[in-house]
Amino acid sequence: MRVIVGQGSCGIAAGAGKVYNALEKLMNDQDSFKLGITGCIGMCFLEPIVDIYEGEDLKARLVHVSENDADAIVNAVRNNDIASLSGLFIKDEDKSFLDQQTRIALRNCGIIDPTDINSYKARDGYKALEKVLKMTPEEVIEEVKTSGIGGRGGAGFPTWFKWNAARSSKGEEKYLICNADEGDPGAFMDRAVIESDPHNLIEGMLIGAYAIGAKEAIVYVRAEYPLAIIRLDNAIKQAKEAGLIGENILGSGFSCNIRYMAGAGAFVCGEETALIESLEGKRGMPRLKPPFPAVAGYKMKPSNINNVETFANIAWIINNGGEAFAAMGTEGSKGTKVFAVTGKVVRGGLVEIPMGQTLRHVIFDIAGGIRDGKQIKAVQMGGPSGGCIPERLLDTVIDYKALSATGAIMGSGGMVVMDENTCMVGMAKFFLDFTSKESCGKCVHCRIGTRRMLEILTNIVEGKGKEGDIELLEELCLSIKDGALCGLGQTAPNPVLTTIKYFRDEYEAHIKEHKCPSKECRDLLSYVINPDKCKGCTLCARKCPVQAISGETKQPHTIDQSKCIRCGQCIQGCKFDAISIE
Amino acid sequence: MCDCKDEKIRALDEVLDSYGHDSGNLIGILQKTQDIYGYLPADIIYYVAQQTGISPAKVLGVATFYTQFRLEPVGKYLIMLCKGTACHVNGSDRIEAAVTAELGIQNGETTKDGLFTLKNVACLGCCSLSPVMMINEETFGSLTPDKAISILNDFRKREEETA
Ligand SMILES: Cc1cc2nc3c(=O)[nH]c(=O)nc-3n(C[C@H](O)[C@H](O)[C@H](O)COP(=O)(O)O)c2cc1C
Ligand code: FES
Repeated sequence: MRVIVGQGSCGIAAGAGKVYNALEKLMNDQDSFKLGITGCIGMCFLEPIVDIYEGEDLKARLVHVSENDADAIVNAVRNNDIASLSGLFIKDEDKSFLDQQTRIALRNCGIIDPTDINSYKARDGYKALEKVLKMTPEEVIEEVKTSGIGGRGGAGFPTWFKWNAARSSKGEEKYLICNADEGDPGAFMDRAVIESDPHNLIEGMLIGAYAIGAKEAIVYVRAEYPLAIIRLDNAIKQAKEAGLIGENILGSGFSCNIRYMAGAGAFVCGEETALIESLEGKRGMPRLKPPFPAVAGYKMKPSNINNVETFANIAWIINNGGEAFAAMGTEGSKGTKVFAVTGKVVRGGLVEIPMGQTLRHVIFDIAGGIRDGKQIKAVQMGGPSGGCIPERLLDTVIDYKALSATGAIMGSGGMVVMDENTCMVGMAKFFLDFTSKESCGKCVHCRIGTRRMLEILTNIVEGKGKEGDIELLEELCLSIKDGALCGLGQTAPNPVLTTIKYFRDEYEAHIKEHKCPSKECRDLLSYVINPDKCKGCTLCARKCPVQAISGETKQPHTIDQSKCIRCGQCIQGCKFDAISIE
Repeated sequence: MCDCKDEKIRALDEVLDSYGHDSGNLIGILQKTQDIYGYLPADIIYYVAQQTGISPAKVLGVATFYTQFRLEPVGKYLIMLCKGTACHVNGSDRIEAAVTAELGIQNGETTKDGLFTLKNVACLGCCSLSPVMMINEETFGSLTPDKAISILNDFRKREEETA
């Protein structure tokens, strides 16, 4: 038997490392079972997860495991009595989270050992590369064209077209780059792929390099992902030793080296030309296009940039044929897409499904709907470049065009779900705060325009909004969209435009009535204690971090509004439901 | 004080050698420099400039462009508080209020005892466990204001015990 502990970043944060150590300590030389690790299965809401396998059969999946369960697990495995662990078994309704998915990019995540190349090879790993090396580059590009895959980094641009352009560009020296900067705060599928299945990325990149004729490939990976960097580093070394990276790969005559560079924390470096500048050791400022990277990219040589998830689909497409991929999805959006579903949902994690399903299906059937019996208000897609889609449009299908029609975008797959208590003006301000800080400063529209929008939004959420602010915001949005140099500025207005379009009433309530309907904007709230309900237990006074609450024991307490920082700790602690927000 | 200053310079020289003193590797060089010193001291920025043949202004330009680089020393424990979208929706503002009130510092500042530095970041990639913070290499998820404060207290206790 094998006992496998899920060790992705979220698993480790939930305590998987401690579980692994506890199990390891209890094992002895006589034990016939093996202890191992895997990456992230994408069911983050159940971490830490421990799987028990007999051969290749999954005998049991244990969830929310703690180090205190280690004893029971080791005993159960030794005595071949898995049933004794039934208290830890995954529940059927949680199982449905995975059962409803179709996994291609994530096919090995949470199944194989990401630190072992043989584990990848056992699941057809590097078979696609072998096959490709017997094809011509043109045939490879043709197969990718048949699949209809579009770039998973956000724009969905046909991958074959970019590969073909880079291949056709003049010059011997060409580069293939993988964009693993994953800047959208709320998206983590690229991290999961690198941490859980790094060889799949490497294989996809080698195939891409062969297709365009690149001898060097580089992964630009976010510095905030230390574990992904360790696993990638290890995988590159293993692939080199196995003769899969380097000179004369598998005796084919094709040579390609792969290296990686850690980013240094700048959202704009996810934009392809800024990324190239950063790779060259400079400030990550976008370049004017054209020339496009396919003509003059890294070191001004022909370069092709693709996202991690795009590459993660390539080996599957080669092994199963482009047509099998194209058979899934809609007319204009083929294959599957991975979403990072987070926010107020019951089951948060990674969801890979064929395009063409509805947002409602993802949020309710797969992710289990909204926590605490609350109502859904909207879902944010596409991060700082995307928009908020309101509840009434949740039957929109997942398709590049259909999503763009709502004012949001497919984006890289971040799906942040918001309930009735999320303030949409606050949400718009949140994103503008982000984009104004991340604006590289090169062009005026973005640098100053986002600042001005942030000022107006800040005023509104602080109750200082003026008549005409909404119209002014709209005007600013349109001129920034037109005038900005790169995608960051051109799309920064989207969160504002969509929230105004769908939640104008919330803006108006803030401006005209100085009220936040979702009771979230701190400056528009006051916390008050109901003297009839307060028993004078003093708990809130002790919890208050700024000593704003006073009162005698067993007497009703009061809150000093001038001291109160509206942190909400008192309300969470009160056992008598005596504190309310006005 | 020993010759640890020289030791650091020696380590830095090794880094520069391994990157071939190449300007294209400036970001990697600065990352390793920061690993050695904990931040990027002004005189070291000049040294790197001289060794790579890039002007000091350009090196400083790169150092100030990326949020990872620090021009001042940090506390023993670097708190990276996530203010990404998922964490925002799940109440990271309240966590920030509790942490700043508890430590008496704002984003970017260090406590007087040199123990904690607070830094807001945008997404640590553990969004399903939001709100999240990372202290040095350790990640803490599903935070509440209370839980965040008790984590800080655990670090303080650890510190007192080793002192
Ligand atoms: C501001 C900005 C940020 C971006 N961030 C990312 C990112 O984090 N990851 C990514 O793959 N693409 C990102 N992109 C898109 C890239 O510019 C590029 O289109 C993509 O990497 C191409 O790969 P694909 O064709 O496989 O999608 C960003 C674009 C902009 C304008
Ligand atoms: S938004 Fe906080 S970890 Fe992703």
